[in-house]
Amino acid sequence: MAALVREGEVHRDVYVDPEIFTLEMRHLFANTWVFVGHESQIPSPGDYYSTSIGDQPVLMVRHTDHSINVLYNRCPHKGTRIVADTCGNAGKFFRCPYHAWHFRTDGALHSVPLSKGYRDTGFESSHAVRGMTRIDDIHDYRGFVFARLRATGPSFEDFFGESLSSIDNMVDRSPVGRLEVAGGTFRYMHRCNWKMLVENQTDACHPMVVHDSASQAAADVAGVLHNQRTPELELLLPFASPYDFYEKAGIRVWANGHGHTGVSFSVHSGYSSIPEYMEQMVAAYGRERAERILGENRHNTIYFPNLMIKGPIQLARVFKPVAADRTLVESWSFRLVGAPDALLERTLAYNRLINAPTSIVGHDDWEIYRRAQEGLHAAGNEWVNLQRLYDPVELEAGSTTTNGTSEIQMRNQFRSWARFMTMTM
Amino acid sequence: MKFPSEQDLARLVTLEARLIDEQRYEAWLDLFTDDAVYWIPLHVGQTDPRLEASLIFEDKTLLRIRVKRLMDRRAISQHPQSRCHHLMQTSHIDRRDGAEGPFTTWTPAHYVETRGDSQRLYAIWVTHTLARVDDRLKIRAKRIDLVNPGAAFESIELFM
Repeated sequence: MAALVREGEVHRDVYVDPEIFTLEMRHLFANTWVFVGHESQIPSPGDYYSTSIGDQPVLMVRHTDHSINVLYNRCPHKGTRIVADTCGNAGKFFRCPYHAWHFRTDGALHSVPLSKGYRDTGFESSHAVRGMTRIDDIHDYRGFVFARLRATGPSFEDFFGESLSSIDNMVDRSPVGRLEVAGGTFRYMHRCNWKMLVENQTDACHPMVVHDSASQAAADVAGVLHNQRTPELELLLPFASPYDFYEKAGIRVWANGHGHTGVSFSVHSGYSSIPEYMEQMVAAYGRERAERILGENRHNTIYFPNLMIKGPIQLARVFKPVAADRTLVESWSFRLVGAPDALLERTLAYNRLINAPTSIVGHDDWEIYRRAQEGLHAAGNEWVNLQRLYDPVELEAGSTTTNGTSEIQMRNQFRSWARFMTMTM
Repeated sequence: MKFPSEQDLARLVTLEARLIDEQRYEAWLDLFTDDAVYWIPLHVGQTDPRLEASLIFEDKTLLRIRVKRLMDRRAISQHPQSRCHHLMQTSHIDRRDGAEGPFTTWTPAHYVETRGDSQRLYAIWVTHTLARVDDRLKIRAKRIDLVNPGAAFESIELFM
């Protein structure tokens, strides 16, 4: 397994082989802290959100005592999925729709109909009596809930380290320091491996190529309008920025596969200010701190393995593996609690224009990933090259900032991929 | 001023679909008023396009950008090119109570989009808001409600 990842290249099997995909689900997605959901999705006791960690169906639920639990979405009796809706409220108990077993919102078995049928059967020492299996290792970091399926490897703090500063920055952009998932989530099915999508989030050499048609069309139409900037044009036009822009924007990597683009500036830096927002921030934090918070760039931050957040525009993308060649991308929008609605409006517009299945910009990405997935089956070369601006000592320091067009973050991800894949083999 | 007949309204709805299917985009854009809105909600029964996500919520400027991109040889996702087909039921005329409008029509349809060997079918209800501008009947708003707007779709590239 480790031999699939070299310093500057990776074997194509990591993208195309179904057996490796299965091993990723058993090992990589069990050994790492994976994003589950946001606490604002479950404000009240009994509220649940149904999702997956790798290929494992889980429920994030608010317990009676207001704590958050993450449970496997499986009845301990016959395996039935307890909940089929994406979200809802269970009240005090989950009720299995098959035989009406009831579970508390921490997973504990509450009751079974005709329970005398289990008397003297040894039921009290069965797996089933333990109820819905709860995942012990969960961590709520400023509203972002992560879980680790297997109790091995680094703690939450050691795994994410300094990279948590990007979540801090996104949350701090709210004058009251709180985010809410808002507006609805875009779901977009891709015909490629999940890692290809994650890699592309820090690929600064593709926008001027892949998005040439979209940004040129936007520039042409803007020209006809005498360079009048509608809010949407403001979001579309920066995609045409030249190589030089992305080189100087910079990239920063952290240990364990995390990293972000846009250190000095990014395509989000030039957005117009929103009336009243700065005043609210200054009132909340004082001018110096407010300016520091809003001056942070953090274009795309990768939380290895499969979450990306965009602090400056308050959105997140979750890359959910479905099969070796199939990935569901969810694009979430966040409201900065206490800030003007215009910010959420801009977040939704960005997601709609760039990340929706009906977007203007995203179709070309979709097509490139599909072609890459297909192309990897070609004989003659079994390796994918990730050597751009490679330096043999680049990851020794743990954290590094360098030229934004470096493929260092992809190498960083694969270094971590090899580590967390093999940790329990 | 002539009061448009039900047939006049239905004819514009059909013409709009035809121009899309025939990829006559300049003529298609010309059917819309300057302040027109093209909307595909993300949620069933959605009323707010501003603070709720939409699949598409665009003015004529953005529609022009889409058309320009689709016509650009550099548009990677248009190799091979997408094609589409509208199969529409008879439009219901929901509102026709003045000579100037607004008039509204409701049209159930099946929309097919193809590219290469793939063909996808979408079931939709289309609501047109029409108005008379400079003595010409034009589209002021087009709302497309998918039967399953929240499904995880692959790319939808043309116009429903």
